[in-house]
Amino acid sequence: MKRTLAFALVLLLMLSLCAVPVFAEGVTLNALFMKQAGYSEDDVTAMTQAFTESTGIQVNPTFVAYEELAPKILTSAASGGYDVILGDCIWPAQFAKAGIVLDVTDRVNALDLDDIYQGALDATKYEGKYYGMPWLNDVKYMFVNMELLKKAGVEAAPATWEELIADAKLCKEQGICEYPIVGCYAQAECLVCDYTCVAGAFGGAFVDENNNPTLNSAENVAALDAMAQALKDGLCNPKSLEMIEDDVLSTFAAGNAVFAINWTYQFAAMNDEAQSSVVGQGAITPIPGTEKAQSATVNGGMPLMITAGCKHVDEAWDYMLFLASKEMQAKYCANALPIWKSLYTDPQVIETAGEEVVAASQIQFDFIVNRPMVPYYSELSTSMQTEIQLVLLGQKTAQEALDALQAVALELADR
Amino acid sequence: MRLRNEEERYAAALITPSMIVVFGVIIVPIVTTLVYSFVNINPLSSHRGEFAGFGFYIKTLSSRAFWDDLGRTLHFTIASTAIETFFGLLIALLLNQKFPGVGLLRSIIIIPWAIPTVVNGSLWKLMLNGEYGVINALLERFHLISSYQSWLGNPKTAMMCIVIADSWKMTPLAVIFFLAALQGIDQTVYEAARVDGANPFQSFLAITLPALKPTIMVIVVMRTVEKFKAFDIFYLMTRGGPANSTKTLMYDTYLQAFTNLNYSDAATYAYLIALAVALMTLVYIRLMKRGDNI
Repeated sequence: MKRTLAFALVLLLMLSLCAVPVFAEGVTLNALFMKQAGYSEDDVTAMTQAFTESTGIQVNPTFVAYEELAPKILTSAASGGYDVILGDCIWPAQFAKAGIVLDVTDRVNALDLDDIYQGALDATKYEGKYYGMPWLNDVKYMFVNMELLKKAGVEAAPATWEELIADAKLCKEQGICEYPIVGCYAQAECLVCDYTCVAGAFGGAFVDENNNPTLNSAENVAALDAMAQALKDGLCNPKSLEMIEDDVLSTFAAGNAVFAINWTYQFAAMNDEAQSSVVGQGAITPIPGTEKAQSATVNGGMPLMITAGCKHVDEAWDYMLFLASKEMQAKYCANALPIWKSLYTDPQVIETAGEEVVAASQIQFDFIVNRPMVPYYSELSTSMQTEIQLVLLGQKTAQEALDALQAVALELADR
Repeated sequence: MRLRNEEERYAAALITPSMIVVFGVIIVPIVTTLVYSFVNINPLSSHRGEFAGFGFYIKTLSSRAFWDDLGRTLHFTIASTAIETFFGLLIALLLNQKFPGVGLLRSIIIIPWAIPTVVNGSLWKLMLNGEYGVINALLERFHLISSYQSWLGNPKTAMMCIVIADSWKMTPLAVIFFLAALQGIDQTVYEAARVDGANPFQSFLAITLPALKPTIMVIVVMRTVEKFKAFDIFYLMTRGGPANSTKTLMYDTYLQAFTNLNYSDAATYAYLIALAVALMTLVYIRLMKRGDNI
């Protein structure tokens, strides 16, 4: 009897190991999203529920931190764990070359492309093909604590880098703020994003129009020198070297910074009494420029992509279209602005996103700089993070670091 | 004979499921990773699919980044193992004494070890925060620093902070081992030594330390191997920064695989780490055997 029971248990265990999951009738999609910046987890869940109600297609959304997104996508790529994935604008080139995501050029071309911001479209593009549906339309802005700035006798937010440094000096000298500028300079992608903004403002770019590396250009060197100098002069918070975006937000929201560069979501957060002590004091403005460029910002667009292992491509595309529809984008624009140009005159969007945010975006969107849309970008970025930090720590000159980076980029491009 | 065959079949049926699991999750990945280190499977490489021989091993061993990673890994391994062993022994000696509340202290000491690494890493990251960390507040209050410091943003202090965070969590494990060993020492030997005029320090050197030698070896072996493979605490606290000052071999393996998509490079790193760990274990086993013979 015992032996029969043992055999039965073993058999049951073996069957459970070999079991094939039985899906309920209808299609179920698995989708992967990010749970920081941009649309909140609640927003995406509500959008997904609305999609299921209108189509009957079930969707299981998973939310992970930004840093977990790429590893999760890559580890599940072979097994086809997710049908729809949210990716950063720097990944389509890498994912396309690695065969992880599907080419959806025909489907994207069927959309009203003239009504979509170029930055959002660029975020999905590699070698003239589209690998996703534009969805998250985000760029970085300058956030200014106007109340602190006015205490220093300055009435308007700085429009140039020179003005920014001069204003920061005033705030520091008058004891209004020990470190007026705060940046996210931790060894992470956010550091490259901030440097992209400053380099762009100094007229620099990391690649030319043919994607050839131009990292050690005079403009890029001047930009990195300016960032390092602000740290050296005590105008920029030295703790920036351990900060990512959320740390910048919390420092600004605690009233410990006058100037911060961050994504759109900071506007709503810094005006939320639950997490900010500077409600109503902050302004969102375009990032200051120089004589070489009026302003510059980094493209933080994030497209939705269909994985190569997806078995329900049409349904996945329908889901992506629904999330990116004008209706959804107008409704949930408090944390992320729409990709559709026509929505920026919509009173609902202006009210939900905030008049100031919409106004700033209309200027800032004209000065978007893309990080290199090349397959080797992720590897280049890890080197950039290290070399830029060495300059900010005073262990290397900007020229030495950028020469080293140029060599790395050329080697990677040639691989 | 028939009975034996039947028993063998029965045993085989019982073992088969575990064999399938062991084969699937241990043997297959080990072999696959080995193959990956000899064949270029980097999806972004123009040489994808080509047999590389020892090419990846030569490339890795001749790169400065690998040796820098190894140096930092050894720094972390040696520092945290030494701290854990030293303080583990010190605390165990204290907890081996009889005084009121010792039972409670013995229970409390286990708490850090029971905390998951993810919580421990996040906790220390918050405590060390340059803007609002409690450690800065304490040090400033005691006038040990004049202003808040960026402990995790400074290459000179970041590794030290991780060593402290990891040692805080894992020292209780050493305490438990030492405490168990201390309680096994015959107390009459101490009494005899006392009668002979030995002071407590001499007793410690002549009786306690030799008796604890096997335990010390076990702790050092176990912790060295674990430290060498540490990843989570680095991922949680610094992600290799600032300026690569906390980038270890394991963290670089992760970067190679999941950021750079250099799967073959990552497989090579993984095998070199495994080789180093195997070598260390062999050396320790030899040392332990030699210790037994003395």
